[in-house]
Amino acid sequence: MTLDQARTLIGQQFATAQIEAAVEGGPVVVTVSPDQWTAFAAFAKQDLRCRFFSFLTAVDWKDAGLELVVRLDNLDDRIGLMMKTKLGPGVSECPSITPIFRGANWMEREAYDMFGIRFAGHPDLRRILLSDDWEGHPLLKSYAVDTPHPPYR
Amino acid sequence: MTTAAAPKRVELDYAGSERLTMNMGPQHPSAHGVFRAILQLEGETVVDVDAVIGYLHRCHEKLSETLTYAQYPSIASKTDYVAAMTSEFAYVRAAEQIGKIEVPKRAQYLRVITSELQRVASHLLWLGTWCLDLGGALGGGATIFLYCIRERELVLDLFESLVGARLLYGFYQVGGVRYDVPADWVKTCRETVDLIDSRITEYEHMLEDNPFFMARVQGVGVITRELAEDVGISGPLLRGSGVDFDLRRAEPYSSYEDFQFIVPVETAGDCFARYRVRMVEFRESLKIVRQALDRLPDGPISSRPGLKSVAQTRIPKGEAYVRVEGARGEVGCYLVADGSAKPYRMKWRGASFSNLAILPHIVPGHKVADVVAIMGSVDPVFGEVDR
Repeated sequence: MTLDQARTLIGQQFATAQIEAAVEGGPVVVTVSPDQWTAFAAFAKQDLRCRFFSFLTAVDWKDAGLELVVRLDNLDDRIGLMMKTKLGPGVSECPSITPIFRGANWMEREAYDMFGIRFAGHPDLRRILLSDDWEGHPLLKSYAVDTPHPPYR
Repeated sequence: MTTAAAPKRVELDYAGSERLTMNMGPQHPSAHGVFRAILQLEGETVVDVDAVIGYLHRCHEKLSETLTYAQYPSIASKTDYVAAMTSEFAYVRAAEQIGKIEVPKRAQYLRVITSELQRVASHLLWLGTWCLDLGGALGGGATIFLYCIRERELVLDLFESLVGARLLYGFYQVGGVRYDVPADWVKTCRETVDLIDSRITEYEHMLEDNPFFMARVQGVGVITRELAEDVGISGPLLRGSGVDFDLRRAEPYSSYEDFQFIVPVETAGDCFARYRVRMVEFRESLKIVRQALDRLPDGPISSRPGLKSVAQTRIPKGEAYVRVEGARGEVGCYLVADGSAKPYRMKWRGASFSNLAILPHIVPGHKVADVVAIMGSVDPVFGEVDR
């Protein structure tokens, strides 16, 4: 499969997906709606054969809400795929893709820890890097760098 | 007179049907850092493992949003402090890609040389500590550890004369590298490379001629290709599971296309396969260093020398995911720039984080002693896991 074939296939299967213009040597960058998130992840694994799970993270766009970013790779055909979804203002809930990619387990826990995103269907959603009694989700833009956390400052 | 009730006899169950919860860590020597594994045991066999991480979390991602592109690279080296060069590399490359900043050829070669020397130093520490963990089976275990540390010191000496630091460098900058090689450095580097190359064979004989070593690593901790890709492990672990993928060759950066080297692949997926991959990587890294030293071009070492103000460090709006092949695998930096001198968002894709996530999938079914062998073969660095 080539990059162009992958782009065409995505366009056929997910008509509403926004595919960003191709960049030389870059990955395919696709934005889907949150309700298509798991379906698209399964499609990427099955049909695009992007089986390598690189990472999952989020970006806080302040008033525009949170955006989820996942990087997948097809290691045989050297196709990179960035799949994104915008959760919308004030929304911090998203379906989990852990049932599809086992690597998403820890990454989603980290996104929950840092952004407070609750992944519906995650088998074990709890904090991973911070302690269980931590208040707030530090990578949100609303969380100030100097937020006090007694007994530490 | 009433007689005291006979004490209730406790029947001990030796059949091994009762589960025992055992804490391994957070201060366990084989963890190579602070890591806690909560093992559920049935007899000596592990049936479940819960990995607790985060003890070394230093909010790198939040911190990076407050530091300029010129300030952060030296902090980046503190993510994977055993391979500090490659950690810096991912970050500066991400900034360079968004800013479309050229890197002079000499700087690219210096980056390759330092990255490969770093891989050798990191693998030496891995081999030494892993064999130390395997312990008694290797005739005391400390022998090979001291040999490896002896050689690693030579590489650190090279870094010290180049950068002035032995562990955390701040050598890479957006646009190039900070220092040019001092006089005679190339000659010393060549001698060191030749010396280490001759010693690798000694280690191989010491280990592979030892039936105890072989018994403890062969067939232990098998990772199938399907599991490897699904969890997203990378580097020597991925190549030990039969996937021919090395970023230096798959998507060459920093002039890696100029060099001849082999990407070792093993199909067994066990601890021994990962060991073999790294042993070949030693030699291939040294080979790359030799080629780069031979052809080291003249010219400037940075396209942006002498930055004076914050305004000069601004990177235009954009985003990039850039990754380099670190000693432990894919070290990635997902950078979102908003046009200011600081990133809007920066995500570390630490190779160790994903590599460590494989443990709950492969440890169950093994004996407790094998946990140590598997942990060591994964080679996690907790600075990179916890960031």
